[in-house]
Amino acid sequence: MRRSGFNLGLWLLLSPLLLWLLLLILLPHVDLLLISLRERVAPREYAFSLGNYREFFQEPLYWRTFARTALLSILATALTLLIAFPVSYYVAKMLRGRIKNALFLLCLIPFWVSELVRTYGWMILLRESGLVSNLLQWSGLSETPVELLYNDGAITVGLVYSAMLFMVVPLITTLDSLDDSLIEAGYDLGGSHWHVMWEIVIPHAMPGMVSGCILVFMLTLGNYLTPTLLGGKDSLWFTEQIYTQFITRFNWEQGSAFGILLLMLSSLIVWLGLRLSRQSFAQVMS
Amino acid sequence: MIPSVPQSRYFRATYRAYVLMFFVYLLAPLLVVAVFAFNDSMFPSLPWGGWTLDWFFSDTEPKLGILYDGELMDSIGISATVALFTTLGSLLLATCNAFLFERKRFPGKDLLYLLMLTPLVIPGVILGVSILLMSSGIANDLESLTGYDIESLRPGLPLVVTGQFAFITTICTLIVSARLRKFNPSLEEAALNLGANRLQAAVTITVPYLSPALIGAGVVSFLMSFENFNTTLMLVGSEAPLTIAMFDRLREGSTPALNAVSLLLMMGSAVLVLISVVVQRDPT
Repeated sequence: MRRSGFNLGLWLLLSPLLLWLLLLILLPHVDLLLISLRERVAPREYAFSLGNYREFFQEPLYWRTFARTALLSILATALTLLIAFPVSYYVAKMLRGRIKNALFLLCLIPFWVSELVRTYGWMILLRESGLVSNLLQWSGLSETPVELLYNDGAITVGLVYSAMLFMVVPLITTLDSLDDSLIEAGYDLGGSHWHVMWEIVIPHAMPGMVSGCILVFMLTLGNYLTPTLLGGKDSLWFTEQIYTQFITRFNWEQGSAFGILLLMLSSLIVWLGLRLSRQSFAQVMS
Repeated sequence: MIPSVPQSRYFRATYRAYVLMFFVYLLAPLLVVAVFAFNDSMFPSLPWGGWTLDWFFSDTEPKLGILYDGELMDSIGISATVALFTTLGSLLLATCNAFLFERKRFPGKDLLYLLMLTPLVIPGVILGVSILLMSSGIANDLESLTGYDIESLRPGLPLVVTGQFAFITTICTLIVSARLRKFNPSLEEAALNLGANRLQAAVTITVPYLSPALIGAGVVSFLMSFENFNTTLMLVGSEAPLTIAMFDRLREGSTPALNAVSLLLMMGSAVLVLISVVVQRDPT
């Protein structure tokens, strides 16, 4: 490639990228941080303060919501992995040819449907006059209509559902790349199902599991629709707190502090996940 | 546990039943939404009131069909406009980015690549909020300096496009880069040897080669923009895109009209996805 002091082509390609990253990603988040660190002392006058963060730790509602969001997200991520792994293994290893491709595409379908529509589907299924409730009555398991919406179980079901694809795709991709002869060798050497799983399949699938878990956790933590619609008024999700502070209360300083806290939590989890699996961010994302 | 290793019949049947249940779980909510769009009742729930097309085509209250529901139809138009602008912007920048990261070498490239990926891990709500903060800050400063209030920096459709563009570009860049990586540069060199200049070579050789990825990325970004909720929620002004309008209605209490819109949305996505699958299957 031609080398010269000032490479016009390079700069033509580089400047839009820099503008994008600077104006829409970096500066807004720096702004978020700065605003979270100030307090209004008089109309249109601000001073540096950690008050917004102090408020977060002193008001039980805030930090409890935060902890609850984190814990439920971890639970949802674990459940998604548990549910997705056998299915991914089945699609990747037990099936061949056309049916395998068909089932893989079937796994992708929910992704193409708006999250709002998916959540709406769960509302129709789970509400008091919904299908599941009617099914329970019809089968005699329940005498009266059952309200399955507006509790943590409903939120978890919805979260796992929304995130499933982002677990299934990386899992199927990594499991698919595992050579069958390695599994056969494991059995030939006298390994049990359990051994082969733990010693061969899972170590091989680890990168896919980690990318899946990171993506699912991020999406779950930042989810707004599912907790709001399936959890009802008392769903207490941290993104709802952020929305309330910004849009309802117009307390941008407090809202920014919440935003930074959520961002820190998600970065921490991503970092931990990468650390535990010794992968780089770029590997996981592509 | 692969087909060539013997398994008990009991195990095999259980496993198969589990996978079947998984797919029921995956499709049930979508099927339910679709079927209740035809329910001849005021509620999208049981008891089943019989089949009807009123929720699409009726022009009278109370069962106002969606085709006569001005508010919903307007919001579909708004969403389509937003998605169109977002897609065009993202595709343009993504193509530049792909050429930059696949073809050029420069100091700080790895760092920039990482930075380019970060929008994927920023929760949509936060991305929306931070862009809202910055644009409001700029608008306030400009207003106190010059006395003009720049409307497009306040919550509204231009900001929605900006917010969606900010993260959809990353996804497009990944799709276009993946295809550009597989491109054989000697094809382009051949064009150069045959007397084309760099721009001609790019336009006649490389861009046609990239077109399946460009169409694929275009479909993905159109759908992601159309269906985006989190970022949009924070940046939206008085004109509501479809997802926001549907959300507001859902909270008021739903009617099968929402199912009808959802069904239209699903069919629209299906058509777009089919187009992109067909285009990308084309062996080039």
